[in-house]
Amino acid sequence: MTATPTPATWTPGPLEAALRAKRDEGRKLLCPYVMGGYPIDDWPRLIEGFASVGADALEIGIPFSDPVMDGPTVQEASTLALDNGTDPTTVLAGVATTEPGIPLVAMTYYNICFHMGHERFASSLKQAGISGAILPDLPLEEVDDWARVADAEGIETVMLAAPTAPDERLPRIVSRSRGFVYGVGLVGITGERAELASSALEMARRLKDTTDLPVIIGIGVSSPEQAAEVAEVADGVVVASAILRRMLEGGSPEDAIEFVGQLRAALDSV
Amino acid sequence: MTATDVPTPSVMGDPDEGGRFGRFGGRYVPETLVPACAELEDAFREAWSDPEFIKEFNDLLRDYAGRPSPVTECHNLSAELGFRVLLKREDLNHTGSHKINNVLGQALLAKRMGKTRLVAETGAGQHGVATATAAALLGMECIVFMGEVDIKRQALNVFRMRLLGSEVRPALSGSRTLKDAVNEAMRYWVAAVESTYYCLGSVMGPHPYPWMVREFHRVIGNEAREQCAELLGPESNDGVPDVVVACVGGGSNAIGIFSGFADTNAELVGAEPSGGAAVGRQVPGVVHGSMSYLMQDEFGQVQEAHSVSAGLDYPGVGPEHAHLAEIGRARYEPVTDTEVIEAFQLMSRTEGIIPALEPAHGLAWMVKAKDELAGKVVLLNMSGRGDKDVAQVQAILDGDAEALETMRS
Repeated sequence: MTATPTPATWTPGPLEAALRAKRDEGRKLLCPYVMGGYPIDDWPRLIEGFASVGADALEIGIPFSDPVMDGPTVQEASTLALDNGTDPTTVLAGVATTEPGIPLVAMTYYNICFHMGHERFASSLKQAGISGAILPDLPLEEVDDWARVADAEGIETVMLAAPTAPDERLPRIVSRSRGFVYGVGLVGITGERAELASSALEMARRLKDTTDLPVIIGIGVSSPEQAAEVAEVADGVVVASAILRRMLEGGSPEDAIEFVGQLRAALDSV
Repeated sequence: MTATDVPTPSVMGDPDEGGRFGRFGGRYVPETLVPACAELEDAFREAWSDPEFIKEFNDLLRDYAGRPSPVTECHNLSAELGFRVLLKREDLNHTGSHKINNVLGQALLAKRMGKTRLVAETGAGQHGVATATAAALLGMECIVFMGEVDIKRQALNVFRMRLLGSEVRPALSGSRTLKDAVNEAMRYWVAAVESTYYCLGSVMGPHPYPWMVREFHRVIGNEAREQCAELLGPESNDGVPDVVVACVGGGSNAIGIFSGFADTNAELVGAEPSGGAAVGRQVPGVVHGSMSYLMQDEFGQVQEAHSVSAGLDYPGVGPEHAHLAEIGRARYEPVTDTEVIEAFQLMSRTEGIIPALEPAHGLAWMVKAKDELAGKVVLLNMSGRGDKDVAQVQAILDGDAEALETMRS
């Protein structure tokens, strides 16, 4: 229970610096998701494509065999990627070929990081041009060993905050979080929902009351309308399943890029 | 503090504050579940120190589950193998396996916590049936996730669960076996954490499960210790068997019986399916909430276990087993499906006891190790009865192609 507090000498890394600067200019932050390895061959160009239509940062998924925080859409995309021979090294190599001009954040499960070794995982991310990491099954109580290494290597570890957290827990989460804080929009797993959960706004409010870090809400943010709704309170949104689903249903990468453009336009209207 | 000031924790004592047994265990769960795990830990600590709760639990074990289960001496098998074989008869419990101990404990706890619904995962169906049973008894809703492959292998248990009023939901992802049923149960729990109690079926998962489930199964080892003392007498190694054997998938029955002998000189042996030997491979990893040994590829992707026994078809193992292996207190030996099928028949033929395929793993190791065991007293945890497996074994012995596919030799 001894999460490392933000040291007094802490200076924001490139992810946090970029997001703060844009947020402070009044821009709402858009963080779409790219699943490394899906769609096969096309996924690296989604990175530059999403950046070109106004993404402010990207989540890069490294597929894992047992994604317990993910619903059917992300599961299906990650299974397809894994079945195509995707592994962490192919994802990082693919990312390294891109020049999106915005910060990238790796999103995977802890065993991928643990198995590679903390030092090697952190330096591999860095070499691929990735600035941050999200490990949804590595909560505050377990994060220290990784976070020490990540901090030293300059990888910004983004912590999740969930609606189930008691008030006293939030300050500890945000003080350990680097880059931004990822507010979980609902009590549940990733996937689209017909309506924005009221918990998304409540989560955003609670986090905004707790921290000056950029507050980005994800999980259950499914449409431009919902993105705009949550961004009335939050600093920005993560969108994953709604993007992947379009391609799983036969849409092209261009369709996905166009959808991200629509998310941008909706956020700009806030 | 110097190294000598660090108290030596007793073998199979409580885990540390973070839920660790040595370096294994912990609480690697999505943030959404952290408060629920903490709440569960508090509730369990409180209940487990409340004599009323313990009485309620013990009363159910006695009056409903039929405890204590006897220890049976196997004279015929002993003569055949050349060492003294004792069985701890968990197969005689209500619902036919040791699983009932844990679910009665957890269901009572869930009720005490004000939860109205149980969710569980199951492999062979034994834990699912046990959970469905406890839910029926205590008037709770129950949803059981089961891999689609296992639903086919264990159709009878699926029907039992439905008969008991539970809903059985197929896990359709991944290998569609126990590992995927755990994933689905955890996903369900993440979404319904406020109303639902996750009744985990083995000594795995996030803290406090590995510890709590062990405590609920400790009764196996406690009873066996007393029964062996009486049966063997003080002149035979102070009434302690020389070797205690149990099968290990997640490892709940093994933890239960080992806990009664951890402080003795009995050798503790876990029999793992060769296609699911997480301890045998000795690679640490994190899945389903804890750090333990885990079957995984070179990138950390969890591999699919393969075993003729649906109940052991799991790529991980409870963290305390990883710890017991690491400190050398228990050893873990692989057996093949072919050896298990032979042991299944041997036990049936010599003793008139049809074992479940899971404990047949323990016997399979004993047959293999009979030279090493010559003249010793060996206690095997007969963790479940074999009725559920009879049709599958018949098909295998008849050379049915589909049934043979479930085997790995």
